Amino acid sequence: MPKNLVEIKTLKKYFHLGKDVTVKSVDDISFTIRSGETFGLVGESGSGKSTLGKTIVGLHQASGGEIIYNGKKVAELSKEEQRVANKEMQIIFQDPHASLNPRMRVGDIIAEGIDAYKLLKGKQRERRIYELLERVGLLPEHAKRYPHEFSGGQRQRIGIARALAVEPKFIVADEPISALDVSIQAQVVNLMEDLAKTEGLTYLFIAHDLGMVKHISDRIGVMYLGKMMELSDSDDMFQNPLHPYTQALLSAIPKTNPKMAKRERIMLQGDPPSPTDPPSGCRFRTRCPLAMEVCAKVEPSFKEVEPNHWTACHLYDA
Amino acid sequence: MEHLLKVDQLKVNFNTYGGEVKAVRDVSFHVDQGEIVAIVGESGSGKSVTVQSIMGLIPSPPGMIKGGSIQFEGKDLLTLSKRQMRKIKGSKIGMIFQDPMTSLNPTMKVGKQIAEALITHRNFSKANAKNKAVEMLKLVGIPNPEARFQQYPHEYSGGMRQRAMIAIALACSPDLLIADEPTTALDVTIQAQVLELMKELQKKMNTAIILITHDLGVVAETAQRVLVMYGGVVVESASVMELFENPRHPYTWGLLQSIPDTDTSEKKRLVPIAGSPPDLFSPPKGCPFAPRCKYAMDICLEEMPTDYDISDGHTAKCWLNDERAPHPETFARLGETENA
Repeated sequence: MPKNLVEIKTLKKYFHLGKDVTVKSVDDISFTIRSGETFGLVGESGSGKSTLGKTIVGLHQASGGEIIYNGKKVAELSKEEQRVANKEMQIIFQDPHASLNPRMRVGDIIAEGIDAYKLLKGKQRERRIYELLERVGLLPEHAKRYPHEFSGGQRQRIGIARALAVEPKFIVADEPISALDVSIQAQVVNLMEDLAKTEGLTYLFIAHDLGMVKHISDRIGVMYLGKMMELSDSDDMFQNPLHPYTQALLSAIPKTNPKMAKRERIMLQGDPPSPTDPPSGCRFRTRCPLAMEVCAKVEPSFKEVEPNHWTACHLYDA
Repeated sequence: MEHLLKVDQLKVNFNTYGGEVKAVRDVSFHVDQGEIVAIVGESGSGKSVTVQSIMGLIPSPPGMIKGGSIQFEGKDLLTLSKRQMRKIKGSKIGMIFQDPMTSLNPTMKVGKQIAEALITHRNFSKANAKNKAVEMLKLVGIPNPEARFQQYPHEYSGGMRQRAMIAIALACSPDLLIADEPTTALDVTIQAQVLELMKELQKKMNTAIILITHDLGVVAETAQRVLVMYGGVVVESASVMELFENPRHPYTWGLLQSIPDTDTSEKKRLVPIAGSPPDLFSPPKGCPFAPRCKYAMDICLEEMPTDYDISDGHTAKCWLNDERAPHPETFARLGETENA
C-alpha cells in the first residue's frame, strides 16, 4: 500500500455570512491522498469541492479538523517546516485569464515562487524559466511577453509552469480545464499526465466534467453540499456507483454515442438546496429517488461498504 | 417542402482596431419545421455570430453583414426594417442565451417578463397574459407557478432561471427557437433536466430549434442534424448518426478523439488537436483548419476546399474527400491506431 501524502481528518470550513447564517462549505470530511496518485474530486457548484482544495493548500484557514501532510500535522509545523510544506503544495486555478497578473512578464510570473523562496538568481534563474517554459510546451522567447498575448490553453500552461517552478510534490488543480476549448482540454490533460510521471507529482484534480475526471484519476471522491458522498477507485465508481447521487450524476453525463444516447436516465427532481440551510439528516434526501424515513432523521455515516469503496448512505446500513 | 429557415452564403465581418475580422465566411444551412439542428464549434468558430445575424443582433458598427441572405418563412430577414424585425423577434423566433442571469431583467418580476411578450406580440389583455404566463411557468416545470410569477430573477436558482428564459422564448409559440449554449452554465444534473424539457417542448409545440453547443454529448443526445463550425466556416454537416459513425473532416475526427470515453476502463491517452484556434485577423489562405491538421496537403494551405457531398445531407469541406486525394478512411483508421 502506498504511503499517504495528504491525510484529511474531520476537516471543516465554515463561512459566516451574518449573525445567524453559516455556510458549511466543507463539513466534517475525512479522506487520504496517496503518494503519486491523482485523486479526482467532483461535485456540482456549491458542493464545496474548490473550498476543500483551497483549504488543503492553506488558502483558507480550516474551521476545524486537521490536515496531515507527509506524516505531520500542518497546524503544528515549525515556521521553517511550514515554509517547506507551502512550497511543496501548489495550486493551479480555473480561470487562466484572472490568475495571471496582466502587468507582469510571463518569465517573472513563472519565477514568482523562485523569487519568494530565494531559490535561484541571475543566469540560473533565467535558465530555470526557459527550462520550465519548454517543459510545459512553450518557447523560451515567450518569457518576455505579457499574458494577454497568449491563448487560454497557453495561459493555463503558464499557470502550470508557475506551480512547477518551486518543485512541488502535491498540486491542487482547481478546475484547470473548465475554461478551455474541447480540443485544448485534451492537450492540457495530457501535459498534466506527463508531468505527473516525470516530476513524480500527486494531484488533487477538481472538476465537474466527470468524463475527464475519470480519465485522469486513480480514485474519485464525490461531494454534495459540503459532504463526501462516495469515494472509490475511478473504474469502480463508474461501473458500480453505490450512492443514489453518484448514480444520478453519472447517468446525467451526455453520451457521445448517439446509439447509446437513448438509455434510461435517472432524472433528479429540483435543484440542490441552499448551502445556508441544508436538509436535516442526509443532505441529498430532498432530491433522492430512494429516500427513506430514516434519511430525514439521521445523518448517514461515511463508511467502507465494499473493499476500498466508501459511501455515506442509509441504503447500505447493515 | 420549403425550408423554415434558409441561410445562404452568409458573411459577417467585424471592424476592430486590429483590423477586419471575418467571423462568418459563406455559411449556408437550413432548418426545417420541428427539427433540432445543432451547431458545434469552439470559441471563435463563428457559431454565435451566425445565429445573432438571424436575430438581427449584430451590433453595427463594428459588425457588418457583408453578404448572403437569411430566408425565414419566405422573407429575407436581412432586408427587413428594424420595425419589421421587431415583429418577428420574440413572436416567430425566440432566443435563449447562455447566461440566464444577465439575460433576464433583474428589476422586473419574472412573470411580467413573460407576459410582456404576449402583450406586445399577441395583443393579450393584462389578465389573460398573466394567466398564460403562469401556464408557461407550469409548462417549463417550475413548481408553485403563481407564487413564482411574483418573484424577481435573483430569487430563482440557475436552473430555474434558464427554465424561465425558455418560458419567455416560447410564450408566443415561435416557429423557431434559437438556444445559444443554453446549458453551458448549468450543472450536469440540471443540464439533463433542461435538455429533456427542450426536447419535450419541441415535440409538443413542433418548434424548430437551433442548438449551439461545444459539447458533442449534448449534440448526440438532443439533435437530429449537426453543423460543425471552425474558423467561421461550416466544415462538416450531417445527420447526428452519420456524423458520429462516418465523420469525414479531420477537425471532426479531432473533436471526437479528444473526449475521453467513459464506457471503457482501459486507459487510453487522449489525442488532442495540436496548436491553437485560428487567428481570425489573418485567416489562412486555404482551409482554416489546415495549420492544425495532421493530414494537410499542399492544396489545403492554398485553396479553400469545396463542399464535398458524402451522402444525402452529408457534406464535408475537406480536400481529402476529393477522388484524387489519398483515401480519408485510411487516415481515419490511422487515427484510431494512433489512439490505441
